[in-house]
Amino acid sequence: MVPLSYYLVLSGILFACGVTGFLIKRNIITIFMSIELMLNGVNLSFVAFAARWQQLSGQVFVFFVMVVAAAEAAVGLAIIIALFRTRETLNIDQVNLLKL
Amino acid sequence: MLHLILFSVFGLVCVGGAVNLLLQRHPINSALSLVVVMGALAVEFLLLGAEFVAAIQVIVYAGAVMVLFVFVIMLLNAGEEERTSGSRVAWLLGIPAVLAGMVIVCWALLARSNAGVAAIGALPGHPADIAQLLFHQFLLPFEVTSVLVLIAIMGAVVLAARPESVERTKREG
Repeated sequence: MVPLSYYLVLSGILFACGVTGFLIKRNIITIFMSIELMLNGVNLSFVAFAARWQQLSGQVFVFFVMVVAAAEAAVGLAIIIALFRTRETLNIDQVNLLKL
Repeated sequence: MLHLILFSVFGLVCVGGAVNLLLQRHPINSALSLVVVMGALAVEFLLLGAEFVAAIQVIVYAGAVMVLFVFVIMLLNAGEEERTSGSRVAWLLGIPAVLAGMVIVCWALLARSNAGVAAIGALPGHPADIAQLLFHQFLLPFEVTSVLVLIAIMGAVVLAARPESVERTKREG
């Protein structure tokens, strides 16, 4: 028996790591991975709450989050490729315009 | 007791992988530590009884999404991250603020809540039960998701295509 709060603390730590990575990393691909880490942290709290309240809908929502994350990864990585093609860099300090 | 031990071991693996993701300078090392985090999270899902979610965590996240990441890292030949000097104020204020926030949230969750416990395999998430929900109660969101994925595929193809190949396709009709 593990208290629900332990799962929530683990999920919070993962989310905080994701936010920190998003803020301190300079490589655009690593920043993208930090976003995936945040989504994973949220998924853990969804499943933990689903187990606590005996509601399967929590797990269905994790499914939706995963689909959205996969779509986001596909589009985001395509944007990164297009960006690299015109800028020749992955450093976000040198990518400061919205246009490609 | 066994549940707590398993939870702690894989929780530590999770946090270790996440911290390693932050510390590594090369994107491929970060990607591989993210795979470790996702694998350990799949075990945490199994401990909570979410079998279906654990399976798709391994297949979709640790499998498909991470292969995409590693593929892009190799395609772009991404090298080591350049060290840039950030703002000193951001370091001095940001890190204490993150730590303070974490301590407050952990304290509130651990000391002030009686949210109850999650027993091992508390809620069996069999694929059949999930499908029952997905195709009845959540049918509309599920169908909207399919449109989203279709748009994402088209967007990825359009964005990643070389400009000259797009021009050629237009000319040839």
